Amino acid sequence: MSSPPLQQPLHPVALAVEHLSVSFGRTRVIADLSFAVPAGKTMAIIGPNGSGKTVLFKALIGAVRAEGTIRWAPGTAIGYVPQKLDIERDLPLTGFDFLNAKADIAAAPRDAIPQTLARVDLPEAVARQPIGTLSGGQFQRLLLAFALMGRPSVLLFDEPTAGVDEPGEEGIYALFRRLQKAEGLTLLLISHELSLVYRYADTVLCLSRRHTCMGPPLEILTPERLQDVYGQPMKYHDHNDNA
Amino acid sequence: MITTTTPDASALLLALAGSAAAGLVGSVAVLRRMALASDAMSHVALPGVGLAILLHLNPVLGALAALCVGTLLIWAVEHKTRLPTEAIIGVVFSAALAIGSMLTSGDELLEALFGAPHTPGRTELLLGFAAAAVVTVFILRAQSRLVITLVSEDLAITAGIDVPRLNLLFLLAFSLTVALGLRYLGVLLMGSLIIIPAATAKHLARSLRSMRAIAVVTAMASTLIGTLAAPRLGLETGPLIITIAAGIFFVSLLKRTDR
Repeated sequence: MSSPPLQQPLHPVALAVEHLSVSFGRTRVIADLSFAVPAGKTMAIIGPNGSGKTVLFKALIGAVRAEGTIRWAPGTAIGYVPQKLDIERDLPLTGFDFLNAKADIAAAPRDAIPQTLARVDLPEAVARQPIGTLSGGQFQRLLLAFALMGRPSVLLFDEPTAGVDEPGEEGIYALFRRLQKAEGLTLLLISHELSLVYRYADTVLCLSRRHTCMGPPLEILTPERLQDVYGQPMKYHDHNDNA
Repeated sequence: MITTTTPDASALLLALAGSAAAGLVGSVAVLRRMALASDAMSHVALPGVGLAILLHLNPVLGALAALCVGTLLIWAVEHKTRLPTEAIIGVVFSAALAIGSMLTSGDELLEALFGAPHTPGRTELLLGFAAAAVVTVFILRAQSRLVITLVSEDLAITAGIDVPRLNLLFLLAFSLTVALGLRYLGVLLMGSLIIIPAATAKHLARSLRSMRAIAVVTAMASTLIGTLAAPRLGLETGPLIITIAAGIFFVSLLKRTDR
């Protein structure tokens, strides 16, 4: 798998990755990947299952061993919203317990929790329930609140709308946009929702076993490119409904 | 050997302090799905008890040393191989039980497994209370980091938590708690006092604070009632304490939860 040349962005770089490779045993999941993400921008990562999208995130946060260079801008604080968490339904842990724990280690003031819940549109009554009983959308918002409690400069979302219905998806993406505008966050998100990627991403990074490509959505999300990346025709609707 | 007299007040106080620590450690162990592993891990103390008896040393010190070595071994293997903790504990536990049975025999083995009420010396009392305080302070101070890590290790990493170090400290706190209960309950029953009250609390509680409180109160109540009732009923103290804890657990199941 070859990687695209490192682009020279006009904005300061939030993240620069050079020649990144990740292997599990003899299986190479990511090979020689290089890219950069300008500060305050949104990069979407797309690709078929097994192309290493989640592994890339895990390498970026330091949860798996990787070769190559990962450089975050000095002072970067990362907020991470994972794809799926295996939470027992009867876990005696409320949303408030979970956020209190983050507030404690992030040395955030107590009133930060209601404020953060308001920012992610999660009612306090919902956050008082055990986290195992929350719906997919409510749990995503709780994880987002958890990420925001650490005052991050970069947010990593792994399929933020998996298990969320369509109006909920729109709501979560609109929330990202609002947060990004208000706080100048850099967003990296893995998504299969190509129409939403088209609308919200500044840059798209495609990962696949065959090759990697990167560029603005208009260049990357073409039927030919997508067929090449996914190995089959992919349909989506852009904001002009002409794709 | 069945004791027919109520134990010394200082011994009871130490047992209650150990029970409180057991409730706290157990509430984390159960949430981390370490219930069976934790119970097995307590048996790692056995070879240390055997060696200490052979060398005419305090069995608690021998147990503590064996638990620390076992803990470090379990942590290191887990860290190096990424095998599940339960699998590693299973292997180390079986080996420890085998070696411990060879080194200890007869009444000594029974006492190491099931404990026996006794009057602790001044040093043992001081060390015991200090160990209970260390475990309590650790669990309360590390509570936030432990909670985040049990929900997701990846979230813990991005929150700046040193997950391997935290795991090691928790396993050491667990070992210290087992050593605390060794003389009173024995290694077999102390593992149970860590797990059973916490399992009861998990069933009843809806929040972390209530789970912790229920686990501590249940562990202390079982110890208190068991200790006071055993001489009157002519029963062994340790097994009675665990029977009471298990009884509370089964009664708690009668309460329906809405989850």
